[in-house]
Amino acid sequence: MQLSTKHLLGIKNLTQEDISLILSTAQQFKEVLQRPVKKVPSLREVTIVNLFYENSTRTRISFELAEKRLSADVINFTASASSAAKGETLLDTVNNILSMKVDMVVMRHSASGAPHFLADHIPAAIINAGDGINEHPTQALLDAFSIQEKTGTLAGKKVALIGDIMHSRVAQSNIYLLKKMGASVVVCGPPTLIPKHIAAALGVEVSYNLRETLAWCDVANVLRIQLERQNQILFSSLREYNLTYGIGKDLLDSLNKEIIIMHPGPINRGVELNSDVADSKQSIILQQVENGVAVRMAVLYLLSGRSVAE
Amino acid sequence: MQIILNTKEVHAKLDQLATAIATAHPDFSSTVIVGIQQGGAIVSQFLYDRLLKNETNASLLKHGKLDITFYRDDVRNKILAPDTMHLPFSIEGKTVILVDDVLFTGRTIKAALDALFDYGRPDRVKLCVLVDRKEHRQFPIQPDYTGIAIPSNQSDKLKLLSMQNNEPQVVLLNQ
Repeated sequence: MQLSTKHLLGIKNLTQEDISLILSTAQQFKEVLQRPVKKVPSLREVTIVNLFYENSTRTRISFELAEKRLSADVINFTASASSAAKGETLLDTVNNILSMKVDMVVMRHSASGAPHFLADHIPAAIINAGDGINEHPTQALLDAFSIQEKTGTLAGKKVALIGDIMHSRVAQSNIYLLKKMGASVVVCGPPTLIPKHIAAALGVEVSYNLRETLAWCDVANVLRIQLERQNQILFSSLREYNLTYGIGKDLLDSLNKEIIIMHPGPINRGVELNSDVADSKQSIILQQVENGVAVRMAVLYLLSGRSVAE
Repeated sequence: MQIILNTKEVHAKLDQLATAIATAHPDFSSTVIVGIQQGGAIVSQFLYDRLLKNETNASLLKHGKLDITFYRDDVRNKILAPDTMHLPFSIEGKTVILVDDVLFTGRTIKAALDALFDYGRPDRVKLCVLVDRKEHRQFPIQPDYTGIAIPSNQSDKLKLLSMQNNEPQVVLLNQ
């Protein structure tokens, strides 16, 4: 069984079989990460460059660790410390790096579609580590893996995506993935942070009522308020946001059931999530991070076939 | 598809192998039996079941399954979905009986040894195979326990099939 694609640009163009294959392969890599020697030689002859044009902690470290656990050679590129700051174009930068015989490119960029553009112009396999407000496919895959690990299956699960849906590539990737795998999705947040036609475009339900949404769902994936992408005032203050859409322990305790709390990080504590929830037993935020390495190993492994690079 | 060993013959060979292992490794507390996915895991399950049934202290014996997908030397030529790895015990200082269905070039066994040593440092590793195609070896790897040696052509594809669990057959697939 193989993936239907040479690149991982988004969840949008993956099939249900692709997603299942990535998740089941990740399961085996999770086993690898629990051994005395947490490393396999599969990608010994592969060189991977991590191109980060935008800040990242978790995703960059997670990819780098996944690459090293697969025995690949790794080059890290951070735009702010490179010739990109001198005005070099994306394509020039990448072609220069590829001339040093690189097989795979992991890229994060603030422009939506940047990895798609690269995939059209260079022969290496491209993995999107987040492009603008478009997609963040490995985050959606690790979220799905974590839900599946906790509850057994994705089909029929009720998942709420709560917060800044408008600026969230995590939300978009999660919606594509969850719908393909048979889960129901509700997006919840203030009207100014939810795209107007999202229900018709992506087949999700929209709710502006946090309490109702939490009462409905099995899993709440709480998203970060992305202040860096907001160029106009969309709510009056962080405090007001917290009072209406922030999730605290009192609110969760008042529901008659235990829901799973997720967050892709970094958390704005006291804004979308209060500390008494973020650090509670219901939260699987740190398991998400742990699973991220196994999921990224699976993606890198499945896309590393020789035919791609040559 | 030509049958090389029918079910009855396979069971007879399994009986021989189980007896040979029990005789050579009477201390089951320091012995583990590990089958290579997928054919070897079927053979090792049969051997383990026989030992449990016939030997008095066989409950001390541990049984695991090894998947070598990530250790193949041709891994990037063909990306394969991995099978389950199941070694829920320590192999440190133990005698590992590594089990495969068909020994051919020796590449699978080399990969299995690489995989095994990522779990710890066994005292010794013994190799047990149901079928040996010894004239095609590409590495200095020989079995310690052999069910049967079968002459074959390089291009032959021999496989252990186990349609229903109790009816294993060794078949030649390329006919």
